[in-house]
Amino acid sequence: MARRRDHSNITSNLIRRPIQRAFAVFLLPTFLCFCVGFLWPFLQGMYLSLHSFTTTSNASWVGFVNYGKAFQDAGFRHAFLYTGQVAVVSVVLINLLAFAVAYGLTRGIRGNSLFRGVFFIPNLIGGIVLGYIWKTIIDSVLPVSMSIQAQYGFWGLIVVLCWQQVGYMMIIYIAGLQALPEDMMEAARIDGANGWQSLIHITLPNVMPSITICTFLSLTNAFKLYDQNLVLTNGAPVRRGIGATEMLALNIAKTFTTANQRGVAQAKAVLFFLLVTAISLIQLRATRSKEVQQ
Amino acid sequence: MARHEHKAKQTRGKTVLTAVFALISAVWILPIVIVLFNSFKGNSYVNSEVFALPNAASFVGFDNYVNGMTFGNYPFYLSAGYSVYITVISTGLILLCTSMAAWYISRVDDLFSRIVYYLCIFSMVVPFQMVMFTLANTARVMHLDTPWTIPVVYLGFGAGLAVFMFAGFVKSIPLAIEEAAYIDGCGPLTTFFQVVFPMMKPTLISVGVLEIMWVWNDYLLPYLVLDQTKYKTIPIHIQYLQGSYGRVDLGATMALIILSLIPIFIFYLTCQKHIIRGVAAGAVKG
Repeated sequence: MARRRDHSNITSNLIRRPIQRAFAVFLLPTFLCFCVGFLWPFLQGMYLSLHSFTTTSNASWVGFVNYGKAFQDAGFRHAFLYTGQVAVVSVVLINLLAFAVAYGLTRGIRGNSLFRGVFFIPNLIGGIVLGYIWKTIIDSVLPVSMSIQAQYGFWGLIVVLCWQQVGYMMIIYIAGLQALPEDMMEAARIDGANGWQSLIHITLPNVMPSITICTFLSLTNAFKLYDQNLVLTNGAPVRRGIGATEMLALNIAKTFTTANQRGVAQAKAVLFFLLVTAISLIQLRATRSKEVQQ
Repeated sequence: MARHEHKAKQTRGKTVLTAVFALISAVWILPIVIVLFNSFKGNSYVNSEVFALPNAASFVGFDNYVNGMTFGNYPFYLSAGYSVYITVISTGLILLCTSMAAWYISRVDDLFSRIVYYLCIFSMVVPFQMVMFTLANTARVMHLDTPWTIPVVYLGFGAGLAVFMFAGFVKSIPLAIEEAAYIDGCGPLTTFFQVVFPMMKPTLISVGVLEIMWVWNDYLLPYLVLDQTKYKTIPIHIQYLQGSYGRVDLGATMALIILSLIPIFIFYLTCQKHIIRGVAAGAVKG
């Protein structure tokens, strides 16, 4: 961090001016696209959340009414709680499984890299295709479809999330486990610690940074989840207008499709953005404080 | 003696562990194998006996693959073509533009550059739902709703992570090299393309892998931005087959899923190491 702040280290007056004159070639194209693809839509989204509108041209100021409606929306509140449930269960399961696999695959067994390669494969498949693979299998195994029985929809989603993310988190845990100081393990062995004791007292505290990263990654993944939710159940079963398996992202996308609800949808999107940003900020703080300890 | 026994016990433990992992790995890829088998079975057999191997009654050869190509009102090869085109062009554009931008940002380091840099970092945490309506609208107004122009949208929305990763790498390049190039009479463009760009190779690969996987698998952005009556990508096509037909041809869907997985597997087999490294590098994205 200190090096980054030290001005003289990353730029020099010798080359600075000529590069600055080439602004139109180097920075301008990316900046313009960034404005079109992110900055303008973001600012407009903030602005529209305080308006009632069906298209961007007929917006009329309503203040925080949209936010009030968003909070009163039982479907949105349910989606928030449901997303929380999915997040908690999936974070715990994904990390336990990923750590167990990573632990087993760093014991120096045969076929190590082949197994790692296999576990990683599902991560390459996109949410839509991934969802259909599992929907076909799960729905033909269960007595009723996931869209009818909400419990099945929940656990189906958890299975899909685990299958997709365990391989990814495994890679991060393996990197953490391989960085373990060998002499520390050696010392523990000489002192007579058994496998279980050295796992609890030496391995776990030392891979804490990996655990933090993986926990937050799986947490944000769960909160932003859309594709798999759409494919597996699309929020069904619906009772009294509330989708039993509808998560936040899907709830927002569905609200946008109703023309007179767009202001509310945009307000929900802003709340969603604030929630995801809060999680990211906590993550940043958590990772920083871990770095200080080491 | 005791030591010898300990060794033997350890070896036995490892053999057991290998066997356990072989079994779990087999189960792990089972879903894909099941889809593969079912892609050779007739439609009615897919739902009723999904775990059964194709037999004389259910085996239909490559019929599902042939039917899947033209099933529905939109040919699959067109979706696949657009997917490949959009992925290649968007990734190329992102790599070229953001590496140049990141170099400028790091080396010039004035107020404007810093603002752009922090905006890029900020954009990494913003979920797509926040901009989904306004981005689709902006794209339509600016006529960016075709496969030929959507790379601009991808560059805009994906710039954050790429600029962040490139800027991080540029900071590790010693300035003396670029100063030497300048003294030897190179302008900024020559310096960048002859000196800096080749040095960026590891980051180019990491960012490239991340962008390819993002764009290829992306569903909601192209669904909202592209003119759906004319253009589809593979994820949109598969979702559309399920959503808009009362009687879904499951056999054909299985075949299309396999077809859409083939490019991913070729990509994975040819550069597995780079993919895993690239994906791990992208873990910084919140």
